[in-house]
Amino acid sequence: MKKLPDAKGHFGPYGGRYIPETLVKACEELAAAFQAVKKDKKFNEELRYYLGAYAGRPTPLYEAKNLSSHFGCGRIFLKREDLLHTGAHKINNTLAQGLLAKRLGKKRIVAETGAGQHGVASATAACVFGLKCVVYMGAVDMERQALNVYKMRLLGAEVRPVHSGSKTLKDATNEAIRDWVTNVEDTHYLLGSVVGPHPYPAMVREFQSVIGNETRHQILKLTGRLPAYLMACVGGGSNSMGIFHPFLKDRNVRMVGIEAAGEGVHTHHHAASITKGRPGVLHGMKSYLLQDKNGQVLLAHSISAGLDYPSVGPEHSYLKDSGRVIYQAVTDREALRGFELLTKLEGIMPALEPAHAVGYLPKLMPKTKRNDIVIICLSGRGDKDMGTVQEHLKV
Amino acid sequence: MATIDFLTQKISQAKRKKAKLFCVFLTLGYPSLPATERLIFSAERSGVDILELGFPFSDPLADGPTIQFSSEKALQKNVNIHDGFRLVSKLRAKGCKMPVVFFGYFNPVCSYGAKDFARDAKKAGFGGLIIPDLPPEEEQAFQKECRKRKLRRIELVAPTTSDKRAKMLVQRSQGFVYYVSLRGVTGARKALPSDLKAHLAKLRRMTKKPVLAGFGISTPKQAADISRMADGVIVGSAVIEHLKRGIPAAERFIKKMSQAVHGV
Repeated sequence: MKKLPDAKGHFGPYGGRYIPETLVKACEELAAAFQAVKKDKKFNEELRYYLGAYAGRPTPLYEAKNLSSHFGCGRIFLKREDLLHTGAHKINNTLAQGLLAKRLGKKRIVAETGAGQHGVASATAACVFGLKCVVYMGAVDMERQALNVYKMRLLGAEVRPVHSGSKTLKDATNEAIRDWVTNVEDTHYLLGSVVGPHPYPAMVREFQSVIGNETRHQILKLTGRLPAYLMACVGGGSNSMGIFHPFLKDRNVRMVGIEAAGEGVHTHHHAASITKGRPGVLHGMKSYLLQDKNGQVLLAHSISAGLDYPSVGPEHSYLKDSGRVIYQAVTDREALRGFELLTKLEGIMPALEPAHAVGYLPKLMPKTKRNDIVIICLSGRGDKDMGTVQEHLKV
Repeated sequence: MATIDFLTQKISQAKRKKAKLFCVFLTLGYPSLPATERLIFSAERSGVDILELGFPFSDPLADGPTIQFSSEKALQKNVNIHDGFRLVSKLRAKGCKMPVVFFGYFNPVCSYGAKDFARDAKKAGFGGLIIPDLPPEEEQAFQKECRKRKLRRIELVAPTTSDKRAKMLVQRSQGFVYYVSLRGVTGARKALPSDLKAHLAKLRRMTKKPVLAGFGISTPKQAADISRMADGVIVGSAVIEHLKRGIPAAERFIKKMSQAVHGV
């Protein structure tokens, strides 16, 4: 397999750097700094220290036996990213980029956030590394995720409401980029997913690959074999890329990325960019994009704010076209059933994002053989979603 | 039928007369398509040299609040690329000789079909293209098609651009070079950066192509001052701000700005 992305950040026809000229220098500097730290022993030691002692790595790989026997076939394992500090995999990336920002001599970070998880993780990294932090968040999302707004403010971050466009994640991203264009000399843009202009998709993939590297090691140690299936939810696609990437060369490991089908992919209320979108350019990259016939970007919808994004990381688009990863869409309702199932059978309340992956098990498990190993990346915990869950599930 | 290259004519004419170039930005369809048409004709009468016609996009990430606002308003009326092509064809049929440059983000172009876009834009009477999120490194097939159709690709140079890259950009840029006068998004500013003069001087030493400065220019005095340092100016958000108060206000503003630039 070719090494991707190429020098200009392309994954086949996707990715690249579709950005205003003012940002070219910052992206070039960042790409160079990223190349340098990848091999830098001191940087990696420091990062390993923070990921371990501060964030709580390695996360366990837990065999969900009750869940497996519920389906009567296959062995289901959960990669417990939900146990990390701040409650989701996002911290892997923010600690790494925080260290990188310091190395670049930047004093300030800006971040976009939808559900608030990346915002909280960014504010946390800024706090521990002594950086000033501004988080852009859609006004609609601020209302939906008031608790995370409060947390970010407690951590010392400034949360700026975004009133433009749809007032959600995509507009918060536009606003974060506008801030970056204006303050590019002293500011690092801490992007939260494998999206955006080169080097972000490759860089965030690298920083999240710790998930897949650990998983590979752990499953071999526990069972002596590789999984038959890897499954993860895909919004921008950072937790899925993190767990998939170290297994891409293992031809027998099948991978399923789960998009949010919202109220159904045949309605207008979904966030299934790969299933229903077509290639386009947004936020500095070329990738599958939800757009109308005139090339205007459509609003995404999902019960989980973290999957509510109209595009997807460019490498996912590439993996979709190449057939290496299969992408499926799971509705709000199926995700809620996944949430309920995992809570009742295993005593683990997942965030609504990975609940989408759990929600696909009823379709996947009947296809598995008795001893097939299925690993789900449980990217975050459900605490932040209690309000939403309460509206839908009666006890 | 070969279309007349108004952009090249205008630029060589300004060069001969040592005149400054005044370029006005309008958002297509704001406040309405007939208003855009009227404004283009009155701009030509006011001596505007080049029109930059902004195509609305849902996610204009290089633009400040003013142009975001006008784009949203235009999109609410479902203004699209076809409207822009129809309007420019109509202007040409009615005898408008002002060069018109397309300004827009890449996704609607990509969605239209990049090759078809280049063909239809040229046919409608566009002289050039400014696509702020499409650096010369991307979309080689599209760039080649633009060259084939003689649709000028106008490159932007920013204050953060390195000298080496600036040389590449001015060499590739066709028609004129667009210098982004500040770090940030479009929109009126009270003061312009102190390093503007030095940057413009350096850029003008690199090329014989006219260098026009844009972003943040909002008063006749600023326009005149910057015209002394550059080969002309581009004014956008300030026009839209006046347009919010009505078409006559915008027309008066454009006339004043034109006089300020051409008085240099």
